[in-house]
Amino acid sequence: MVDESTRKTLSSIPLLQTKAGPRDKDLWVQRLKEEYQALIKYVQNNKSSDNDWFRLESNKEGTKWFGKCWYIHNLLKYEFEIEFDIPVTYPTTAPELALPELDGKTAKMYRGGKICLTDHFKPLWARNVPKFGIAHAMALGLGPWLAVEIPDLIEKGVIAHKEKSAE
Amino acid sequence: MSEIEKLRQRIKDLEQQLLESQCKSAAREKIAQMSSEVVDSNPYSRLMALKRMGIVNNYEKIRELSVAIVGVGGVGSVTAEMLTRCGIGKLILFDYDKVELANMNRLFFQPHQAGQSKVEAAAKTLQSINPDVEIETHNYNITTVDNFYNFIDTISTSSLLGGPVDLVLSCVDNFEARMTINTACNELNLKWFESGVSENAVSGHIQFIIPGESACFACAPPLVVAANIDEKTLKRDGVCAASLPTTMGIVAGFLVQNTLKYLLGFGTTSYYLGYNAMQDFFPTMILRPNPNCDDSYCRQRQAEYAAKPKVEQTLSVADADEGAIHEDNEWGISLIDETESINEGNATSEISTGIKLAYTVPQVVNTESQEQVTKSDGPSLEELMAQMKQI
Ligand SMILES: [Zn+2]
Repeated sequence: MVDESTRKTLSSIPLLQTKAGPRDKDLWVQRLKEEYQALIKYVQNNKSSDNDWFRLESNKEGTKWFGKCWYIHNLLKYEFEIEFDIPVTYPTTAPELALPELDGKTAKMYRGGKICLTDHFKPLWARNVPKFGIAHAMALGLGPWLAVEIPDLIEKGVIAHKEKSAE
Repeated sequence: MSEIEKLRQRIKDLEQQLLESQCKSAAREKIAQMSSEVVDSNPYSRLMALKRMGIVNNYEKIRELSVAIVGVGGVGSVTAEMLTRCGIGKLILFDYDKVELANMNRLFFQPHQAGQSKVEAAAKTLQSINPDVEIETHNYNITTVDNFYNFIDTISTSSLLGGPVDLVLSCVDNFEARMTINTACNELNLKWFESGVSENAVSGHIQFIIPGESACFACAPPLVVAANIDEKTLKRDGVCAASLPTTMGIVAGFLVQNTLKYLLGFGTTSYYLGYNAMQDFFPTMILRPNPNCDDSYCRQRQAEYAAKPKVEQTLSVADADEGAIHEDNEWGISLIDETESINEGNATSEISTGIKLAYTVPQVVNTESQEQVTKSDGPSLEELMAQMKQI
């Protein structure tokens, strides 16, 4: 089950149209444009609802993505690097989002810091190929993961707040 | 580093060297031809006895065969060991993981191998068990674009004669890698076995996929063996997956048994064989390809198979009736335009006794009411990338 706020967030992210993966040349460029449009809209939505929580960018080919996500807990900001590859079978299979610096710190991860998704992620993704994109994976996968795992990791003392010189 | 630490390290190094030299001295010479002579120095006598007993016609054929194993974890490593002991001609191993102490609840790998790459550690052990087997290793993740091309190239040129491998065995633990193998094998028209153990460790399966002839991995949502556990009582808090050496060993045994039966032509090869460990129930079935499969190569292989003379069609229609995926399957609801939208859909459909789809996917979806991205015109990709950076 997806909670009401995730459902609302998801429905405000524009749906994608082009079913194309990184091997599809021109169609992939079209898909990438759609990915960026959806991501920009999602980040803008987040900012306007005072819930800005990640930035992403990709290599020129759109096959490797990287960026930052952050989580506010007791008024302190905890920031993590994100990275993932677009699998050759995308968008049939979702990207495997990873937070490498947390690798080995929680059991809710696979090798390389790939986050462990809830049971409903894959069915929901499969039902919405090719309309779901990276923005949806962030909203449905990483967002809820951070909300559950980060407070728990802070509580256990596994992660500590780092003072950042630049904000 | 303190003196004691230095000494400890020295002892560890020497232990390692000792172990390696012991392995070397115990290793046997290569054997040019399999003999059926029953002497205690012949590692193949009990295997060649299968021929004497009339179970297998020409067991020696195994020396000419090449098998690719993708994923050398709990199932893949045991699979590789069994095929090595059986005297397979060549194994091509793919994995990008390292051996960890957390893997020691499984078979094959040993604590002193922790930190080594799985493919290299496996190759060493396998080579010492049977030096007659040629072992080739590839240490990368097949799901990324660059590696995928390398993977395709490797499995189509790595047999002992430089052609495609005789069989691909999927022993991976994730959907993405399975779908990648499926894509490659549909394109190359290679036969492969999918295998898997559930995340709760109490069920597993193998599935024989012949492109165009039996259902491919993209023809339907993944199949799961019903373990008769109430999903509500299954606690997933704090862990991704459990694993048992027993379940993995059983699935590896099923996988290699069917590999041998197919490659050496004895018995009947199972198209789908499930294992429910809670009740010791072993469902089997045949699944026909979905004419509307998402994978265009699957549809192409189906057309090629349909055009074959009937005598060459090993899978008869009568056989395939069980568990057929019909075009008009009403696969639940989905989507995010209605209020019902995001939920688990309706109950997952049972496809054969004890086997069901992991989830359902609708054939037609209605997205009219939700905003979509603009399809054409608009800013260029470069402009969008720049805009994203500036937010
Ligand atoms: Zn198919």
